[in-house]
Amino acid sequence: MYGLGIVRGMAITFRNFVESYLDDIFWWGKGGRYYNDAALQVRQSLKGQGVVTVFYPEEKLSVPERFRFVPFLVTDDPGPGQKWGHDWCTSCGICAKVCPPQCIWIKRGTQPNGRPKPEPEQFFIDIDICMNCGLCAEFCPFDAIKMDHDYELASYDRTTAHIHDKERLSKPISYWREIAPKKAEAEAAARDFAESNKKKKKAKDGEGGDEPRLAEEKVRQLPYRGEYY
Amino acid sequence: MSEAILEAPGSGAPETLANPVEQAISALKERFPEAVVDDPRDGYSGLVVPADKLTEVALALRDDLGFDYLSSVTGVDLIEDGKLEAVYHTYSIDKGGSAVVLHVQVDRDNPVIPSLVPVWPGADFQEREAWDLLGIQFDGHPDLRRILTWDGFHGHPLRKDWKEPFYEEDTKPFGSRWPAGGVLRAEELNPYGQNVQYPAGWVPTGDEYDVETEMYAITGADLAYSIDASQQMKTDKITVNLGPQHPSTHGVFRMVVQLDGETVVDLKPVMGYLHRNHEKIGERNTFLGNIPYTDRLDYLSPISNNLGYVLAVEKLLGSVVPERAEWIRILTVELTRIANHLWAIGFLLNDLGALQTPMLYFYIERELILDFFEALTGARMMNNYMRFGGVAYDLPDEIRGQATMEFLNELVHERLPRAIEQGDNLMTHNEIVRARSIGVGVLTRKESIAYSMAGPMLRASGVNYDVRKAEPYSYYEQLDFDIPVYYNGDVYDRYKVRMDELQQSLRIVRQVLPHLQATEGAPIIDGKPSYAIRTPQPGEAYGRVENPKGELGFYVTAKRRSSSPERYHVRAPSFINLTSLGKMCQGHKVADIVVILGSIDIVLGEVDR
Repeated sequence: MYGLGIVRGMAITFRNFVESYLDDIFWWGKGGRYYNDAALQVRQSLKGQGVVTVFYPEEKLSVPERFRFVPFLVTDDPGPGQKWGHDWCTSCGICAKVCPPQCIWIKRGTQPNGRPKPEPEQFFIDIDICMNCGLCAEFCPFDAIKMDHDYELASYDRTTAHIHDKERLSKPISYWREIAPKKAEAEAAARDFAESNKKKKKAKDGEGGDEPRLAEEKVRQLPYRGEYY
Repeated sequence: MSEAILEAPGSGAPETLANPVEQAISALKERFPEAVVDDPRDGYSGLVVPADKLTEVALALRDDLGFDYLSSVTGVDLIEDGKLEAVYHTYSIDKGGSAVVLHVQVDRDNPVIPSLVPVWPGADFQEREAWDLLGIQFDGHPDLRRILTWDGFHGHPLRKDWKEPFYEEDTKPFGSRWPAGGVLRAEELNPYGQNVQYPAGWVPTGDEYDVETEMYAITGADLAYSIDASQQMKTDKITVNLGPQHPSTHGVFRMVVQLDGETVVDLKPVMGYLHRNHEKIGERNTFLGNIPYTDRLDYLSPISNNLGYVLAVEKLLGSVVPERAEWIRILTVELTRIANHLWAIGFLLNDLGALQTPMLYFYIERELILDFFEALTGARMMNNYMRFGGVAYDLPDEIRGQATMEFLNELVHERLPRAIEQGDNLMTHNEIVRARSIGVGVLTRKESIAYSMAGPMLRASGVNYDVRKAEPYSYYEQLDFDIPVYYNGDVYDRYKVRMDELQQSLRIVRQVLPHLQATEGAPIIDGKPSYAIRTPQPGEAYGRVENPKGELGFYVTAKRRSSSPERYHVRAPSFINLTSLGKMCQGHKVADIVVILGSIDIVLGEVDR
């Protein structure tokens, strides 16, 4: 029958129209469908049906651990009265070399005797140029640069606000543990493993050392960099 | 389905045992003795053909040797030899397999090569691109104008001695970044408005008509209304610009249309508004640094783009990809295809007038696929996921609070099939959809091959050609799937091909999931990831993949021990599929233009590069 296809299509739209209200009824009396963390969790998952819209900025999508936005620099946890601790960055320049759009500028520190100091004197990232590819964090041998989860960086003036200096970029390691707990743990384990390997090597040369905390196979299974770790 | 491709080679007559490419090459050498020779350069394959013999060789390839599909035309600047080169990749639709590559070298000061448009109309835009970016003159081309840059552009930017306004160094990393590193914006050195050069004799007037008279002239219409005085009725032929700012053009894309009433007489696509010279950036960049840039080509299927580029460079580097990485690659690429087709079909229906409804139903599902990509790669769209010899990360533990494998199983076994079925019920038999799309924008089998169409466009015209079957890469040979082919070549058949490809991609993903479970914990990259990658030997490589939009090819050449490509060319399916747009639209109404363009499924990031 001519027109049957349209009627069938209308039936589907009507079903979707009705379904969009089912969740309202389901969450009735349980805190409502919107502005409710439990309901948001369901709306974001495969179980979501009907209207799946997230009401940004009142509601926000959760971001996975690997989510990457403009990088930040890792420092030790700050001591009392300090804003940051010691930089993890050794100013080796790998991130600046690997950066595809070349948005990282590093000025290496110098010791009083004129030799290079393993610490950056200045560190700039032009976030207008940064493409959030994550290669700097991927290839940093010291876990000193990490991709942030803070994606709300809008500002009124690009010429002054969009070049982040070392002060703006530095964040303590506790922040990284907070936003990416599993990843931070895996990285710490891998660092421990590398450290104890070094000690073992030294032990062979005559100094004392202790066993690695994790067996090598276990470290390899840590998911975050596949075989790399 | 053509048996010639699906059956294993060697099952028929003894001559099929020989490689068709070698056969064609020896036949060509026999027919053109002394003129056609093997490429003598280290690491290069194919033939060197003198410019005056090119048309004859192309005709012989097309008509007698079965290499009837011109995939890619690439211009190369060989500045050290003082030469410009055009590289042609031709494939056989029936036999499949790899390419017969023709290299034509001409003097850099007088670069004239006969145009292949009379042989393959699909060479049209590609030759214009080579003229625009490298200044190779194609003798006999019907419409040799700039295509990606504008008319007031000075020079040919892909020549090695051309320097961009914010030029710093030939290759990255730039010396200024470390260890001296005082931050500096490029525009501080090169103030806006003072970094533009115009060709000799060019006066920028600001009047668009002065700039583009040539383009309007080529459509055959005067700028003034022309009155075609027939006996009874007087009709005006008028020229109308559709776009660049128009919601139905899927981006900043313009069509100059000559109309007779409501009927299209001629149509010329105008592009380049999003041009950023991706290829020049690629030649400045390191091999690794190019991967995130390929995301930005066809930004609806970034992981597929990654794969094409990585395959090309892996040929140069000789990497071996571990098993688990290959399965993850296929998983992500096929999910990308699903996400892309959901978008393409949704937008096609949008263009047909089914405003938003089918599109939004499909978006909900696409979002779930992007959720998976976000948990896997860290980004929803610009994934930057492939690496040379593997992938960047292993599968995550969980996605949106659900274990990964559980999520994927539920997605491909329940959620997506349900959504595709719903879409099928909603659209396929809808009378309005059928009335608007059947018989619109027809390309015959012969035309679609001649115009170098690719992907669903080709397969809707009855050509059974898919790179995954014709020249299998990754583990596609081990997987069981079909190539959907339809024979009418109209908009409706393109829609049907995409709908069927959704099912086939799901079928592939379902076969991949058990392998992922079996290889859990296995390495995902060959060796230790390294950022300092250098090519062990010089040479050229062409990597091609079946992208959702069609065949995506990367032509990469490098010198020995070099950290960045010498020449980096993208064979962009969206761009080349547009070649036939004018032909498809002729005789249809204005409203059909929008539908036909929607059925090509273009992404301007890839068209303009």
